Amino acid sequence: MGLDFTVVPSYFGVLLMGAGWTIAITICAGLLSFFGGIVFAVIALYGHWSLRLPFRGFAFLFMGTPLLLQLFLIYFGLIQIGIDLPAFVAGVIGLGLHFAVYNSELIQASILAVDKGQYEGARTLGLSRGQTLRKVVIPQAVRAVVPPMGNNMIALLKDSALVSVIGVMELTLAAQQAISRTYRPFEFYLAAAFCYYIVNLALEAGLRRLERRIAASR
Amino acid sequence: MTDQAFVTIRNAAKSYGALEVLKDINLTVNRGQIVAIIGPSGSGKSTLLRAINELDPLTSGEVWLEDVQINKKLPHRQYEAHVNQVRQDIGMVFQHFNLFPHLTVRGNITLAPRMLKGLSEADADKLAEEQLAKVGLSEKIDEYPSRLSGGQKQRVAIARALAMKPKVMLFDEATSALDPELVEEVNLVMKQLAEEHMTMIIVTHEMDFAASVCDRVLFMDQGVVVEEGPPSVIFHDPKEERTRNFLRKHLSR
Ligand SMILES: Nc1ncnc2c1ncn2[C@@H]1O[C@H](COP(=O)(O)OP(=O)(O)OP(=O)(O)O)[C@@H](O)[C@H]1O
Ligand SMILES: [Mg+2]
Repeated sequence: MGLDFTVVPSYFGVLLMGAGWTIAITICAGLLSFFGGIVFAVIALYGHWSLRLPFRGFAFLFMGTPLLLQLFLIYFGLIQIGIDLPAFVAGVIGLGLHFAVYNSELIQASILAVDKGQYEGARTLGLSRGQTLRKVVIPQAVRAVVPPMGNNMIALLKDSALVSVIGVMELTLAAQQAISRTYRPFEFYLAAAFCYYIVNLALEAGLRRLERRIAASR
Repeated sequence: MTDQAFVTIRNAAKSYGALEVLKDINLTVNRGQIVAIIGPSGSGKSTLLRAINELDPLTSGEVWLEDVQINKKLPHRQYEAHVNQVRQDIGMVFQHFNLFPHLTVRGNITLAPRMLKGLSEADADKLAEEQLAKVGLSEKIDEYPSRLSGGQKQRVAIARALAMKPKVMLFDEATSALDPELVEEVNLVMKQLAEEHMTMIIVTHEMDFAASVCDRVLFMDQGVVVEEGPPSVIFHDPKEERTRNFLRKHLSR
């Protein structure tokens, strides 16, 4: 059986739908990983020890174990204690928290790199510690961290394929469905790869624009 | 107006471990007075200035602004609230400007008034325009600090401090980081503040400037005020040997 790409167009809608879900999950999990990363960074640096210690354990768990396992745990495991999440939500939480931990490491480092003069400038005006963090330190730390955090977002997009195992009908699972009907794995996996590539290009273009926009304000 | 104790420092002492940086310093600055602090590097000038707004709290002694003790001993939460409140009345200008690079000039000036005084966007904008006009930088309102020269940055920093309508302004070597040709524009702004009778305490290495704008000069060395008096006396007829030695090295004439 040779290659026959003519079957692909008839599943175009399925793939497109899958790509749509991939984008949706990437955006939702990306936002969660961004804001979660900021919150985790603040907890890790300034939190009371009763918050910081459990957080360290949690971060270790998320960085030291496979994402696949984390997704199983959130989707199948939590049902046992009465938390029955829709697959999409479980996927967003798993991916989002996983990458939030990585983003938090980056943000922590860049918060610590903010010049002490920035704190002094803000505090002398009368801003409180919290206001100084929110309005002066964190915005600068986040700007500094956009390029490496962009890499995490691209990794997140690619790892979003993993949520196919808990049944979210994203791009990879959509391709698999098409394959199970047509027995044409090469054609559809290649088509899916192409779709990932396009989405990735768009994401990278967006990140570059963002980097350019913040270049003036550094 | 004048002859009214405005900033009062009593028996100020500060140590870092075994190192005594300030030793029993007393200073009274009246309303509208302009005081220069001069002295060799490491003599404690910055430390004294930064004690006034609790950036570097004293080990012992008192700092007062009018009838409010700035370095009051309070439980942590109350202390923070108190300090945040009194700092609004004390403007400070740093050697390295400490502008916020992620905000425009407008954002730098309006941040604190909006957050702390609840100014509306329109009122804050008007305030920013007023303060920028004062330092002669109206056209830079939408620039980011990275696009400004050192002298312009420092003038924005002064405008930012003035936007809080402080009762007193502290300057810690405001022109030391500037290229020589940019010093004058900042000095001019400070002179203009002097003419408006702003109370100012100025740490400086520029003796000519101190002589021309200040009412009083303090010479500090090794954590003590060695000598103080009007510029005419300190610069032309100092009593202390240490003052004379220092001035020999620093007077440009
Ligand atoms: N955080 C600190 N820890 C330990 N020692 C310090 C600290 N800050 C300042 N000092 C010491 O305190 C002394 C006074 O410092 P200060 O910065 O007040 O001097 P200065 O008169 O402002 O000098 P300069 O003209 O160089 O700015 C110096 O010996 C300095 O090394
Ligand atoms: Mg100093």
